Amino acid sequence: MADVLKKVPVREQAPKVRATNFEEVCLGYNKEEAMEEANRCLGCKKAKCMEGCPVSINIPGFVHEVKEGNFEKAYQIIGESSALPAVCGRVCPQETQCEGRCIRGMKGEAVSIGKLERFVADWAKENGIKPVPAAQKNGHKVAVIGSGPSGLTCAGDLAKMGYDVTIFEALHKAGGVLVYGIPEFRLPKDKVVAAEVENVKSLGVKIETNVIIGKSVTIDELLKDEGFEAVFIGSGAGLPMFMGIPGEQANGVFSANEYLTRNNLMKAFREDYDTPIAHGKKVAVVGGGNVAMDAARTALRLGAEVHIIYRRSEAELPARKEEVHHAKEEGVQFDLLCNPVEILTDDKDWVTGIKCIRMELGEPDASGRRRPVEIPGSEFTIDVDTVIMSLGTSPNPLISSTTIGLDVNKRKCIIADEEFGKTSKEGVYAGGDAVTGAATVILAMGAGKAGARGIDEYIKSKYAK
Amino acid sequence: MYKILNAEKLSANVFLMDVEAPRVAKHCLPGQFVIVKMDEVGERIPLTICDYDAEKGTVTIVFQPAGASTTRMAQLKAGDYFEDFVGPLGQPSELCHEDLEELKKKKIVFVAGGVGTAPVYPQVKWLHEHGITADAIVGAKTKDLLILEDKMKEVCNLYVTTDDGSYVRKGMGTDVLRDLVQNQGKEYDLCVAIGPMIMMKFVCLLTKELNIPTVVSMNPIMVDGTGMCGACRLMVGGEVKFACVDGPEFDGHKVDFDLAMKRQQMYKTEEGRALLKLQEGDTHHGGCGHCGGDK
Ligand SMILES: Cc1cc2nc3c(=O)[nH]c(=O)nc-3n(C[C@H](O)[C@H](O)[C@H](O)COP(=O)(O)OP(=O)(O)OC[C@H]3O[C@@H](n4cnc5c(N)ncnc54)[C@H](O)[C@@H]3O)c2cc1C
Ligand SMILES: Cc1cc2nc3c(=O)[nH]c(=O)nc-3n(C[C@H](O)[C@H](O)[C@H](O)COP(=O)(O)OP(=O)(O)OC[C@H]3O[C@@H](n4cnc5c(N)ncnc54)[C@H](O)[C@@H]3O)c2cc1C
Ligand code: SF4
Ligand code: SF4
Ligand code: FES
Repeated sequence: MADVLKKVPVREQAPKVRATNFEEVCLGYNKEEAMEEANRCLGCKKAKCMEGCPVSINIPGFVHEVKEGNFEKAYQIIGESSALPAVCGRVCPQETQCEGRCIRGMKGEAVSIGKLERFVADWAKENGIKPVPAAQKNGHKVAVIGSGPSGLTCAGDLAKMGYDVTIFEALHKAGGVLVYGIPEFRLPKDKVVAAEVENVKSLGVKIETNVIIGKSVTIDELLKDEGFEAVFIGSGAGLPMFMGIPGEQANGVFSANEYLTRNNLMKAFREDYDTPIAHGKKVAVVGGGNVAMDAARTALRLGAEVHIIYRRSEAELPARKEEVHHAKEEGVQFDLLCNPVEILTDDKDWVTGIKCIRMELGEPDASGRRRPVEIPGSEFTIDVDTVIMSLGTSPNPLISSTTIGLDVNKRKCIIADEEFGKTSKEGVYAGGDAVTGAATVILAMGAGKAGARGIDEYIKSKYAK
Repeated sequence: MYKILNAEKLSANVFLMDVEAPRVAKHCLPGQFVIVKMDEVGERIPLTICDYDAEKGTVTIVFQPAGASTTRMAQLKAGDYFEDFVGPLGQPSELCHEDLEELKKKKIVFVAGGVGTAPVYPQVKWLHEHGITADAIVGAKTKDLLILEDKMKEVCNLYVTTDDGSYVRKGMGTDVLRDLVQNQGKEYDLCVAIGPMIMMKFVCLLTKELNIPTVVSMNPIMVDGTGMCGACRLMVGGEVKFACVDGPEFDGHKVDFDLAMKRQQMYKTEEGRALLKLQEGDTHHGGCGHCGGDK
């Protein structure tokens, strides 16, 4: 009998093997493993885990069905709250959300809720279970901007209510960060992301790619000329930040967005695609979030020695625990408590190294994390030929600057209420990273749901009058 | 899918295509660009809008094969399709925003180099339609590489020059500009230079000397064209600018051309070249010299 205090281990590709390929790292549970893990759940009456899930999935409910082997039922229970379980099961920061609150975790390891959710979603996919389209269309047209988690969820929910929904996407492929940002080895593009997009399409949602709202057409035109009665903005936070240190414009310095887009969306890692990518020999990735881990592990798979440079200590790394653990296993080196001050270059302006200064943790700052302070005179240099800046992103002003009457805050985030995604402009709703700044898939998804509710109420109340 | 309605070869290595893209055609203005992607494996290629017809819903692009994707693109014919065609991207030329009466008082000269003639065309045409006839200097390496001569003549005072003297006169665009200003008594309030970066750099050095404000259209390496990746960043007047959203047109006297030219070489190092060859196999074509390097 397995130790009930421990999670049923999940099968993974061996670190040495996976560090050279782009296949998914985690292989997930099979039926038996899933049922065994589900058995560890205590089925708590006051389930703490649910409080940790931003969309309050009925976790004891679905886990119970997994235990009984009723996977379809489990899928339906999850489906009441989440539209993207195959994605969230893979990328949610479970240790700070659902699993972080699990009673099992007080003495031993939490129930592996994420892995169970993923299992159920994958099982449903393999068994051809699809969401059910609305029985009847209501004839009202709604436009959704962006095909990331918030847009896909909002569109899916509205379509299920009978709305005629069109998603407009700036890039040539739907999925948002799920296709251009998060790498294949963490979130398979065909098997998971494309399948989720197909699900939304099967509900009757149209997706028009290559349309940049604010450039190809404006929101005001969608409302006035194209017959849309409401708009949901789920345009994400795509604008990369840089540090502003000397040498940052040199050749070999990339934003994580560029590096990951080249590799994920444009598939530079595959020889049959035209897009080039820099194959550094020694790469420094600056930052400590999921994006930094993804860039580092991508560079590693392209053959580089990789250093993560982060100014706080390991405890403060904002990335999911699992990603940090995987990155270490694969051989990514962590240079913690140090901060870049300059990027060094040769006479042709190519990167030759990165000069850093050591840091120590001082008093806690506004975020409650201890503020890193420089240790004078502690500068040192790491020889690298590539630097990837992964310092965070902010919302793109393209939409806010071309839409009359849409208010943004000083961080350029669109102002929208949490419950319904209502903005300052009539008929316009928003959610996801465009509103919150860079956050998580599950929060974006939740915001998409809220927006769908808001739009439904808005259109209904218009006709009730 | 975006249908190619017409495909022409303008010169030995310059191709023109009219593409059906109603949303772009309806909203674009001179100075803006599109990104095209030929098929699943193709790169996203930024190309300046050379002409457009809002009623027919078509956009004209003119390009020169530089690497794998553009070389494959050159083989497309009328009736074929682009898988992706997105735009209009970037800011319209400032001319489009200026007060027309003010603009009419201005003397404007365009300097175009090589395939840069294509993006100059919609601007002089736009001015012509608004009752302004500009001067335009078009430089080509040799007679065979001169493009759009007849179309240009209809909408501006055209001065042609060839590097090797094989047509009209011998010399570069900068030589003509100097001649016009210093020997023929021309006075200009604005210069617009579009072409390879090295050419724009030299035009700017000259116009600084001649004291003519100058606008250039930058063509750095791009990926998304929406401000998401930062690949297109430039230093302009000491500030970081993203060419795809802040440009592509900038005050030429403020652009750090040397940095921009170095950045354009990003995928052109020895290693990069070998890598491209490896990645692209037989389809690898030029891109590391054939294209003239800078366009
Ligand atoms: C590399 C990386 C790794 C991450 N890892 C995790 C993780 O492990 N776990 C987690 O929970 N979160 C993770 N995140 C964060 C998460 O992906 C985002 O919070 C989430 O995708 C936000 O969803 P969204 O729908 O708001 O926007 P996005 O996913 O950003 O989608 C926005 C879409 O809108 C499109 N768009 C933008 N402007 C326009 C316009 N003007 N017209 C038309 N379309 C437009 C964009 O092209 C894009 O497709 C990660 C993010 C990145 C970048
Ligand atoms: C705003 C803008 C407008 C442009 N307008 C035109 C136009 O109207 N007509 C035209 O012919 N070209 C134009 N260009 C340049 C054109 O986009 C490039 O020639 C093209 O992207 C090369 O693609 P490729 O896949 O064939 O080459 P790749 O295989 O990507 O590259 C081949 C070689 O070209 C270099 N390269 C890649 N991208 C660029 C680039 N943007 N500029 C210079 N070198 C590059 C690479 O370093 C590589 O060595 C424009 C570029 C920009 C940014
Ligand atoms: S959606 Fe995320 S937080 Fe909620 S139960 Fe699933 S994995 Fe946990
Ligand atoms: S808190 Fe843990 S044990 Fe309790 S219901 Fe939730 S998952 Fe099961
Ligand atoms: S091309 Fe990506 S930001 Fe300009």
